[in-house]
Amino acid sequence: MAKYVIIIISMVLVNNYPLAQFLGICPFLGVSKDKESATGMGIAVTFVMVLATAVTWPIQNLLLDRFGIGYLQTVVFILVIAALVQLIEMFMKKNMVGLYKSLGVFLPLITTNCAVLGVCISNIDSGYNYLQSLFNAFGAGIGFLFAMILMAGVRSKLVDQSRMPKSWQGVPIVLLTAAIMALSFMGFGGMFS
Amino acid sequence: MENKSKLSILTNGLIKENPVLVLVLGTCPTLATSTSVINGFGMGVSATAVLICSNIVIALLRKIIPDNVRIPCFITVIAGFVTIVQLVVKAFAPALDKSLGLYLPLIVVNCIILGRAEMFASKNGIIDSALDGIGMGIGFTLTLVVMGSLRELIGAGTWCGVPILSRIMPGMSIMTLVPGGFFVYALVMAFVHYITTDKSTIREGFGCSDCAMQDDCVDGSGCAKGEVA
Repeated sequence: MAKYVIIIISMVLVNNYPLAQFLGICPFLGVSKDKESATGMGIAVTFVMVLATAVTWPIQNLLLDRFGIGYLQTVVFILVIAALVQLIEMFMKKNMVGLYKSLGVFLPLITTNCAVLGVCISNIDSGYNYLQSLFNAFGAGIGFLFAMILMAGVRSKLVDQSRMPKSWQGVPIVLLTAAIMALSFMGFGGMFS
Repeated sequence: MENKSKLSILTNGLIKENPVLVLVLGTCPTLATSTSVINGFGMGVSATAVLICSNIVIALLRKIIPDNVRIPCFITVIAGFVTIVQLVVKAFAPALDKSLGLYLPLIVVNCIILGRAEMFASKNGIIDSALDGIGMGIGFTLTLVVMGSLRELIGAGTWCGVPILSRIMPGMSIMTLVPGGFFVYALVMAFVHYITTDKSTIREGFGCSDCAMQDDCVDGSGCAKGEVA
């Protein structure tokens, strides 16, 4: 059990996807304007990450590896993720209208979110078993959500209300904020050896 | 006239519509692989190869692909080329493969490539699309090399592995780490904003009307709309 707790904590704090591994930067910069959409995006990404891992891990280990076609990994994974996102969207639209209203907007964007494909591939590369992969994906999603909420909080208080040179407005100041956040997240670096 | 427009397609990607600094696409590989000049250059060239090939194929297929399923079709084409590039790099430049690692397969979700397929290749002819791919690719590579140079020079005191600053001062390794990546990206982007503000080209074409996702986008809340526009 301790192993799984360590996986989650290390994915949330030490190997945080946007702030320590440069994955999922596009939504991290683009959708972190206000707290509601940041939370919605974070939850939607977590959801898709866990489901995508649940599907791609068996595909890699039971299909691709068994028949020696591991080189098709990229093609297969991205198509599976795209189909999965489409499926989730259709399912939500029909059966979970409330959830669809809050998360539906973000779903089409998630297909091209590198964090989702990244977590699927890194689960395979690091040789996790099925349960560990699922926990890893869940931790990565929570870490992403955590970073999104932090960023949205900082942006609403600091970035949008302060005066700054014109050329720094918009994306550059957000990147600078992210730099400082990444600096503070480096402090978690030595937590696990 | 004809030649001039062809040239402008090619040079569009360098500064005016630089994919990384002006369109703010492909941020993840930019930050992750610009730790050194070699890495940035390798990533830039790999992405450029995929971009040119996928632009050509998508321009060829643009009349056959049905509109409803175009995104999955584009992704399949791109993923095919990414796999080719991945295998080529693995075979001929194993060191680069090791240092790029996860980011090599992640070219498939690089928004530059899908963005150009959607914005340009699906609406233009083969030659124009190929030129657009070359221009965008050079813009991407150039940005990565510039950022890689800055980070490597300050972070390790070397350029392409050749010691330059390291004789004078010790390297500030923070620049090659994550915070340095964000910091250098912010600096370079602010600089581009600074030199282009009076020419006022930078703010044009970065609204929802030029966005690759505009058809899927419900109310604009899912993208960086209004960020620069």
